[in-house]
This record gives sequence, C-alpha cells and structure tokens, in this order.
Amino acid sequence: GASFGTGMERVIVAMQDPDMGMKMRNQRLLITVIPHAMTGNDVIEWLIQKYNITEEEARHLGGLLVQYGYIYPLREPRSLLLRSDDSPYRFQTPYFWTSSRWPATELDYAIYLAKKNIRKQGELVDYEKENYSILHKRINHTWDFVVMQAREQLRASKQRRKADRIVLECQEQAYWLINKPCVNMPLYYHYTTLGRNRVKSSICLESFMKYSEQYLHHDPIMSGCLPSNPWISDDTSHWTINTDMVGIPTRLRVERWSFSFMELLNDSMGRREFMIYLEKEFSAENLCFWVACEDLRHGESSKIILKVEEVYKNFLAPGAARWVNIDSKTMERTLEGIKRPHRFIMDDAQMHIYFLMKKYSYPRYLKSELYKNMLAKAIVPQETKKSVFPFMRRQRHSSPSPAMVTQATEDDGKAKGAGPTGTSSTTNSQI
Amino acid sequence: VSIYTPDLQNILSLLFFLLPASALTTGIYMIFSTKPEMATQEIQPNETLTNLKAESDTLKTKLEDERAKLHDVELHQVAEKVDGLGQFIMKTRRTLKGHGNKVLCMDWCKDKRRIVSSSQDGKVIVWDAFTTNKEHAVTMPCTWVMACAYAPSGCAVACGGLDNKCSVYPLSLDKNENLAAKKKSVAMHTNYLSACSFTNSDMQILTSSGDGTCALWDVESGQLLQSFHGHAADVLCLDLAPSETGNTFVSGGCDKKANVWDMRSGQCIQSFETHESDINSVRYYPSGDAFASGSDDATCRLYDLRADREVAIYSKESIIFGASSVDFSLSGRLLFGGYNDYTINVWDVLKGTRVSILFGHENRVSTLRLSPDGTAFCSGSWDHTLRVRDRGVITWATFPKGPHSQGER
Repeated sequence: GASFGTGMERVIVAMQDPDMGMKMRNQRLLITVIPHAMTGNDVIEWLIQKYNITEEEARHLGGLLVQYGYIYPLREPRSLLLRSDDSPYRFQTPYFWTSSRWPATELDYAIYLAKKNIRKQGELVDYEKENYSILHKRINHTWDFVVMQAREQLRASKQRRKADRIVLECQEQAYWLINKPCVNMPLYYHYTTLGRNRVKSSICLESFMKYSEQYLHHDPIMSGCLPSNPWISDDTSHWTINTDMVGIPTRLRVERWSFSFMELLNDSMGRREFMIYLEKEFSAENLCFWVACEDLRHGESSKIILKVEEVYKNFLAPGAARWVNIDSKTMERTLEGIKRPHRFIMDDAQMHIYFLMKKYSYPRYLKSELYKNMLAKAIVPQETKKSVFPFMRRQRHSSPSPAMVTQATEDDGKAKGAGPTGTSSTTNSQI
Repeated sequence: VSIYTPDLQNILSLLFFLLPASALTTGIYMIFSTKPEMATQEIQPNETLTNLKAESDTLKTKLEDERAKLHDVELHQVAEKVDGLGQFIMKTRRTLKGHGNKVLCMDWCKDKRRIVSSSQDGKVIVWDAFTTNKEHAVTMPCTWVMACAYAPSGCAVACGGLDNKCSVYPLSLDKNENLAAKKKSVAMHTNYLSACSFTNSDMQILTSSGDGTCALWDVESGQLLQSFHGHAADVLCLDLAPSETGNTFVSGGCDKKANVWDMRSGQCIQSFETHESDINSVRYYPSGDAFASGSDDATCRLYDLRADREVAIYSKESIIFGASSVDFSLSGRLLFGGYNDYTINVWDVLKGTRVSILFGHENRVSTLRLSPDGTAFCSGSWDHTLRVRDRGVITWATFPKGPHSQGER
C-alpha cells in the first residue's frame, strides 16, 4: 500500500543524503564506467550501520528496495535480487518510483516495447512479444504515433554519452519489469471475452452427469474398492495390484484407458501398451516425439537448448531416424522458431501430433486385438474376506520411500523425476 | 479509444526536440505520459480515465448479458434424472499428531500414502500417513508456513510462508542428515507465500502470493519464468488444470475473483467474480472443464469454463463460517469443503445438496485434499492434527445400501 511505499522512500532518501548517505563511486560494467553507483555489499553494510540491524534483516530490507524498484541492478537486470557482493546497483530516479500514483499506461508500454524491437531484433522475450502483438491490435489506430515516438527516443538516446544511455536503459527496463501494465485487462479482456465462443449450459451440465456416471465405479468413496480399501482393512493389496510395473493390470484400470486419450497416456502402463501398438503400425515416432516434447516443456531451463537440438536431430531434420509427419506450415514455423529455442518452441508441432494420435491411432488401438486381449486377461480382485475376528487389526507395514526407490534407479544412471520415462525398477514400488 | 489527437502529436514532438539533453535524469519520457504535473494544457488525464472506466463498465454489463443468453438450464434441473445419494457416514481412519501448532497446509505424495504438512510454528513434517510414522521433519526459519507441496517424484517437498519465499528440500535418505542444509531457495515474492504447486515435473514450481501475483519458477536456477498480474489484492490459492495441453491454472484472491491463466503467455484468459468475499481455495473438477471455489462468504461455487459462468452454489443458512479448502472425489460427484467452524461439509455436486457433515476437529479446518487414488481424504486443522477419513463400510469394500445402516466399520 501507499504507507509501505513512503517508508521505503524515507530509507532511500536517507541513503542518498550527501553527508550520512551511501558513498557512491564509479562502477565498472563490462567496458563502461557507470557513475554514481554502489555495490550490493555497500547497501547491506549501510543499512546495518544506519538502522543497527542484523545482516539478515539488512538483506531482507535491501531486497525489498530492489523488488519495489527503488534500487535496480546494472548487471542481470531481470533478476530483481540484492546480491551481497560487488554487483553494481543504482538508485532509480524518483520519476520511476513505484509509489507514484501514475498508472503505467498501455501507450507508454507500447512505446517501450517498440523501442526494444527496433533497437535490436529478437530482444523482446516471450511475454513481451505477446504483449507487443496484443497492443498492436488493441491500439492499432495510434500505432504510427507509437513507432514515431520509439524512433525519436532511440535517436535522442544515441546522442547521449554511453554511460548515460546505459543508465537510462537500465532504469527503464527495471521500471517496466515491475510495472508492466496488465495488457489484457480490463478493456482488452472484455473485448476478447465478448467474442468468446460459449457453450450452452444444457450441454456443459450434461457432461457433468456423464463424467460422474462413467467414473462412478472408479471412485472409492462412492463405490468402494477391491480387494479392500487399505485405510480401512490395513491391507495394502489394492495398492500393490495397481503399481506401474505390475504383471497383470486390473480390469478397472484397463477400462479407464478407453475413457479418453489423456487417461491412456497418463497411465505409464497404458502408454507402454500404446507404444507397442504403434510400433506394429510403424508410427511409434509420434509418441516418442510427444514424450520428448513433454520432457522439453517440463524440464530444467538449462537443458532447453540441448533438448531442442536433440528433438530436431531425431524427429524434424530431413532424413531424421524418426521423422514425424507434420503439416508444412507448422513445420516451417517450428524450424524458424528453433533458431531461437525456448521451452514452448515445440508446442504447435506437439499439439499437431497429439491430435493426430488422438483422432486416428487411439480409436484403432481400442479396437485392436492387443487392447482386447489386455482387457480379457485383466483381473477383477476378490473382495477380501472378513477375518474370523473382524476387530483385530492387522499390522500396518511401511513401504520404501519414493526417494529411496528413485535413488536406486538414479545410481543405475537413469534420470530422476516424474518424467515420461517410466522406471524399470523391479522393487515393489508404491509410486 | 484514442487519447492523442493529431494536433497533440505535433505539439509533443516539438516539445521533445526542444528539451535539452540534460533533462535526462528527470525523465524525458514524462511528456509522453498523462502524468498531471508535466502534462501540457491539451491533455486532461482525469477525463480520459473516466471515459475508460465508463467504457469498461459498459462492456462488463454486455459481457454478463452474453453469458446469460446461453444459460438455458440450471444444474440441479439437469440432475433431476440422477439418483440421490442419501446421507454418507465418514469415519476417521488415521489421526496424525506431532505438530506443535496450527496445521496450515498439506499435500499428498503420488505414492498415495505419504503426506507433507506445514504449520504455524515453522515445522514441515513428512509422514507415512498409512503407518502414521513421521519420516522427515524440518524447521523453517520463519513462522506461518502457509504453503507446502510434494514433488511428483516423491523426492522433494516445497514450502514457504511469511518468509516470502518458496524453498525446495530434497528428502534425504540419511536420517541423520540435516534437511535444512540442502535447502534450495526458488521463488521470491514481495509478500507472503500463500500457495505453491509443482507442475508436471520436479523442475518447475507455481506460486501465489500476498503481493497479488502468481509466478512460475525454474527450480534448478531459481529463475522467474513467467509472472501473472491481474489480481487486485492478495492471491490466496491456485490449482493446475488437468488438461490435454496442460497449460492453464486457476487462482483465487482477496479481490473475490477467480482467474484462469495461460502459463505460456502470462495472460488471464477467463475471470469470474461472483463470490462476496475472499476466495480461500480453488480446485479443478477432474475433467478440467470446471473448477470449484471456497470462500469466506460461507459458500462453495462451481464455475464451468466452457459456459464461462458460475453454475452452482453450495450453501446452507446454517453454514455461516467461511470455507477454507475444497476438493473433489475422484468421479467429481462429491465436493468436500473444510470450514472455519471446525466442520467438513460434503456436497452432492450435481444436486447441490449436502450429504454429510463431519465433526471431530477442535478448531478451524485449514486444508483438505483427496488422496491421489481417491481412497481417502486428509484434513489439517488449527487443532494441530491431521485426520485421514473415508466412508464407513459394512464389509471391507462395500457400502451400506440405505441411509440408516447397521454395523458399519
């Protein structure tokens, strides 16, 4: 709130006091010297001295000053953290203070994005690109003005000393990082939602009836579970007969694969069976591609570039070992996007292959001998007989911790994590 | 809406060229804004903002009209042909005692039996709820650990609260090892952490905060991948959608709004504002086509995403305290709500009636989740305990047929 802001402002003003404030000096940023800067260490030291607080508290307070934009980092501007080392920081000009009542307007933001786009192609990050195109549509009638302003501001900045230019760019970037307007709310949001395709209530609500009926017997609280509910009987059979790597699955489980494509893929055994089927149909590369894309989407940021290269090499490159058949437009867009790889670069292609499998391979699988046999040999567990002494409690056995099970497979050199690759652990895993 | 007229453009560009370069640090961009102090006579910012507000309000009304046009039937009408459920008896199967203070949050492990819970005194405990054994415990450096989550692999937990952070603790196999030593700080907000959840893997965490935002983080580097702005006040809860494309989530906040977000772009794609007070909990219907919410206004509500509207309210005159936490049974037929009056109310989602009221906790119910395979549900309370419950049965597996059955276990 406002009071929070003025509290921080008091600190900032004290920090800039000519006598008792921080000692500023020139900081080196690559080959440029930035005047009137300070290090993260300086900030923390000063706060400790001035307010007689511990280092932990000083770090917290200093961190807030950065988070709210009163101090901004010169290095790694996107990371709004106060580092307790010699990283250089600078005071934000009061014009850009968060507490100012000036609401960041869409027009200013559009000018800022246009400048970035003109200055260097590809400097806009994902969300900025999206905002840019939204704004382009939204305020298209003033777009000439936006571009003109952007060009003029860039021209003027070229006439400044490099140090000043860098300072201003950093100030501006820090400001917009914190204050970027909700480009889609409220007006844009309302415009788009008016045009949204809505479904009639009667159709939507009917689907709730169908869903709860379809899953009725799979819902233990509604229908019970066989051979017994572990929480009641203290017998964990229900869990052991439903593990990933069990030899013969239960009938309920196999039936569930027919409810939706997502159900089939979400069950690691279902996915394995589907893969076997696809191999017979010589279209296994589709599922492999989908799995690889999931791994890219949900994996570590540091591995993105490597994974994109792998996916390209294995599935998209001309003559690739497992080339996937994507329509030319999607392929073109994907190949273009690979030049600047990011987490979502395969989304279009992945979605195309997913819906291909869903529409063609999945229904065929459900009609196949492979699936029918699986359903026929699936077991229906017998309900556990009540013991002669129904109130004698069984011993509750512990199970190996998932951390331990996965540690074992990790030691074997396999990857950790609930990724698409199923573990081939032979231990009686409860996962 | 065009704020700038052609004449204005010319005046502004002229001013721009006339300003000396030394105007640098005072912000040369001011003349392009509607900031009152530096505005020329031509710009009247207040008038412009009023116009925008009026336009916004008109559109909101139009939107409600459009939504209403397609609302041709109520849920309980459609549900008339479905059999009623009668009264359910639920029994406590496990009571987990060990927290020294209010339990604030809990989450299940994918192995269907382990849980992680966090409390006001900073303690985070990992239990095998089946045996009731404590397997790990860590003390956070802050109090009020309002959020905790189990990683999909079962190898780590995430938690946070008044420290404004979300930290990840790998679960060590060595009982003697200090878990806190391996702690990894991932998320940093500017106010308390209210909820956290891993996405499909151990590598990303979604958080919501009292600072009014949600954010997506890369666990390995602590890098902010996407932030979500749109709530006008504290965000209290979130839930990831179980959809085919796996790209959306819903959040609820003190601004009474429930927002649906696109994780890729950071955009809010749908918004619902029918509650009369803070939304404490949101949870997707198992198909992903709808979600339920629990609020301080003592109601739970169901919102359909395709119809783009609220489709059911679960309330009773006798229920006057807020709902803190909601979750669905596996088939989506039942909605469980934990309330601040110490009870749990179980609702028939289709008919809108209550099928069970559960007592037992001696203080507020603060958190409630169904186990991953739906065999039980766990509630955590300010009475320092967690309870695992499910239905009363006659034999080990089957249920009593009528509403008054004898000999239930």
